[in-house]
Amino acid sequence: MAELSTPTSTPVAAVLETPLWQVRLRLLLRGIKTNVGLFAENPIGLVGLGIIFLFFILMVAHPIMMKTVWDPNIYNPVTGYDPALVAHPSPPSATHLLGTDPLGRDVLSQLMWSTRAAFSLGIIAALVTVFIATTVGAVSAYFGGLVDTLFMRLADLIIMTPTITILIVLAALLDLGTIHLAVIIGMLSGFGGATIIIKSQALTIKVRTYIEAARVAGGGNAHIILRHIIPNLMPLSFLYMMFSVTSAIAIEAVLSFFGLLNIRMSWGLMIYTTSFAGYLMDLKKWWLIFPASISITMLCAAFYLVGRALDEVVNPRLRKR
Amino acid sequence: MRRYLIRRIAQNILTFFLFLTAVYLLLDAQPGDFGDLYLADPRLTPQQRAVLRANLGLDRPVIERYAIWLRNFFKGDLGISFSNYPRKVMDVILERAPRTIILFTSATILAYYVGFVMGKILAWKRGGLLEYLTTVTGVGLYTVFLPWFALMMVWFFAFTLGLFPIGKFLDPVLWRASPVDANYVFHRMLLTASISAIVLMVWVIFAQRLNPAQRRPAVWLGTGIILAGILLYWSSTGVGRYAADILHHLILPILTLATVNFAGVMLLTRNSMLETLREDYIMAARAKGLTEKSVRDKHASRNAMLPVATSFVLALAFVLDGGVITETIFSWPGMGLTLLDAAQRQDVPMVTGALVFTGVLALTAHLLADILYAFLDPRIRYS
Repeated sequence: MAELSTPTSTPVAAVLETPLWQVRLRLLLRGIKTNVGLFAENPIGLVGLGIIFLFFILMVAHPIMMKTVWDPNIYNPVTGYDPALVAHPSPPSATHLLGTDPLGRDVLSQLMWSTRAAFSLGIIAALVTVFIATTVGAVSAYFGGLVDTLFMRLADLIIMTPTITILIVLAALLDLGTIHLAVIIGMLSGFGGATIIIKSQALTIKVRTYIEAARVAGGGNAHIILRHIIPNLMPLSFLYMMFSVTSAIAIEAVLSFFGLLNIRMSWGLMIYTTSFAGYLMDLKKWWLIFPASISITMLCAAFYLVGRALDEVVNPRLRKR
Repeated sequence: MRRYLIRRIAQNILTFFLFLTAVYLLLDAQPGDFGDLYLADPRLTPQQRAVLRANLGLDRPVIERYAIWLRNFFKGDLGISFSNYPRKVMDVILERAPRTIILFTSATILAYYVGFVMGKILAWKRGGLLEYLTTVTGVGLYTVFLPWFALMMVWFFAFTLGLFPIGKFLDPVLWRASPVDANYVFHRMLLTASISAIVLMVWVIFAQRLNPAQRRPAVWLGTGIILAGILLYWSSTGVGRYAADILHHLILPILTLATVNFAGVMLLTRNSMLETLREDYIMAARAKGLTEKSVRDKHASRNAMLPVATSFVLALAFVLDGGVITETIFSWPGMGLTLLDAAQRQDVPMVTGALVFTGVLALTAHLLADILYAFLDPRIRYS
């Protein structure tokens, strides 16, 4: 911008006297404001955000409850046991708001504790996905040629593999924990479908005039990719982050439902414990299966709803006006 | 266009080779090989163990073993399954794959038909309560935890109402006196289904040539004749009630899968329709004075069909993904259940076989999608 200023016109010079970062910050804030406005127009996105916030509160509340109200020996989500009750699983009562599971552990405490695993898994997987997809998409769109062919064949290969199936095989043969799983899911979707979509967006950005202007001004490849292409890919990447959170949480739930993961507690594992103890079809003991299943569904749906609302922000053709 | 197709076919075949290599290396890189399992007998001396390992070819380098495996693969030999010993992997796949394919093809077709019709109506009526209600239901079904949803379906339709059997492929009590085995009946059923589908398709294409007023009655008449033919054939074979038993077991899984899948199709169709509705030819069609229904069904929805059609073909490639969950809940003895079972029992040949089966399926689906894309949308230019 500085090159374009003409010293003769005073108003432009006055604007330029404010440092460049302030101008950038103001532009950024204005952009965010418009987009937040567009996002807030859509009640679906707000509902999604509300659900995510609710689970966030559950997650934060758990350690506080353990410190203040709940006795760690009874309410520990993994090792707790309530000796005061004779039969487990016991129905919801004043001491156990959602009852206890077949091993005598408090279901509410398990539910709240598992929120942390779900959030961390989803967010790590999404960050890995977006980091890989944005970098690979931008680089292969910008350079084309051999790099492009290589990454696109890899993406074809990954699209061809059914994710859940391959993860079941891996989880059955290896010892997978939450973090490993998150990174593997992130890599699978990052090098797979997300790359192709982000690359096609990067291809349309690559031919814009400001890229040519940057090159004429002497910008190197790294500068153009980092400062011009990737920032313009960010909205789309952010959108895909939401969708990959959804799929990561769902995949983790399925795998731990089959009892294939080496984790201490998660929503899927709660259902696995229920089915392992033989209570899967016993709907009179609803507290064993409903809270965990509904939590999985609701958190997945919430991220998906936010993603859809963002889709309408990023993709103007879907908007009502 | 021909050059484009040839290039895509070559690329897909290359990808399939990469897939085979990746599957083999991935399973080979697991800690321990199946020799450890096979030679776990503590009475074996180390020398005996080494000799047996050499006999099995486990002492050779990975590349050599891969080459042998690949040669056998093209001969149609995938080894012997441990968990189904002494059956061959190929044998097990040939028995189980049709069960999975029939389950998922019917569910996917049903889901796509209902989803497409719902989606195009939804896009037409924007705003209002209907849109929010259907979107929320759609998203709820799309993201629902499938094992739980399937359980609820079993609980409601099979356990409470008693309309359908709770799981499994057939009712053993009924089959005790059966003169033929289940595979025989099932293969006959597959044959009947595919022949009648082809006949129906030819009939529908033929009916398109009739004048508009006669089309619908002609299609209904054809469907009726085909159904009557199927009933006549099965009642004449004498094993009709066994076929009806398998069909009875098939309904609930299909219903569950279709309910879950239709939501995604509905949302996709809606988005695609919304993009199509902005095109100029929609305005032109309206300006011509065509009825709303005609604009929606003949101008908008046909153009909006492209991404939906592609996603349909690709959905067929992912039968194993959904298969593992559905088949586990319904104890349906298809590829998904076989794969899960084999993976939990470290049955490496069976796991490899199941993954390769998926690869073949995915490869075919991708090729089909490419060809479909090229034919459905002549606006796309291929260089």
